[in-house]
Amino acid sequence: MMTTESATRTIVVEREFPHPPEKLWRALTDSSVLAQWLLKNDFTPVAGHAFRFRRDPMPGWDGVIDCKVVAVDPYKMLSYTWVAFGLESVVTFRLTPIEGGTHLRVEQSGFRADQEAAFKGSYYGWRGYLGGLERVVAELK
Amino acid sequence: MVCDMAIAANNVFRALADPTRRAIFERLTRDGEQTVHALTARAGVSQPMVSKHLSALKRARLVRPRRKGRETHYQARPEALAPLVDWIGDYGVFWENKLDLLGDVLERMDK
Repeated sequence: MMTTESATRTIVVEREFPHPPEKLWRALTDSSVLAQWLLKNDFTPVAGHAFRFRRDPMPGWDGVIDCKVVAVDPYKMLSYTWVAFGLESVVTFRLTPIEGGTHLRVEQSGFRADQEAAFKGSYYGWRGYLGGLERVVAELK
Repeated sequence: MVCDMAIAANNVFRALADPTRRAIFERLTRDGEQTVHALTARAGVSQPMVSKHLSALKRARLVRPRRKGRETHYQARPEALAPLVDWIGDYGVFWENKLDLLGDVLERMDK
């Protein structure tokens, strides 16, 4: 499931996995396992640790995502900043045990306070065309 | 195309990072087309500064100038915010795909 909450410009993606939180935690925090599903990285689960993810470079961008660990709460929550294209965002993973597995919620807040204010300020001005645009963009892919 | 979008998003973010520019853009969005004079009267900065901010907004294609008599009128182009919408959409798809991969990795970890 994916929702984009227009008012706060936050992406939320949720998923349930038939695996215990401990195992999911390892996939989120072990650098080599993390590289298998997310991106190449030099991550360490220590608050304040600066690290990088690498995507394929493209013209105008070297593919580097600069990050810094914000919070680590073993088996429950992990949060780091995610800076790419000069846009600062924060990615937060929340793990909740459920029967037979784990519910994972990934949240990416894409705007700093000032950018968010800019977005909210002009939101009503273009919300009318937003639905149409999103459909067009979706068809392009 | 991805590259063009990235550059466009960069320009938009940079243009809106400044609070005075953001206020000008918001006023044009809210109140419609206005002259530099009218904008200066409420911006709290000098007219040359307002003109400079308008140039930056123009470069990011966030405003459109229109010459009318002796004055230039400025109009907001809210559609220039499209790169931000693309950014949101791209990351939504990005995480959906990554969580699919995570599911596969978790399966393999069992063995």
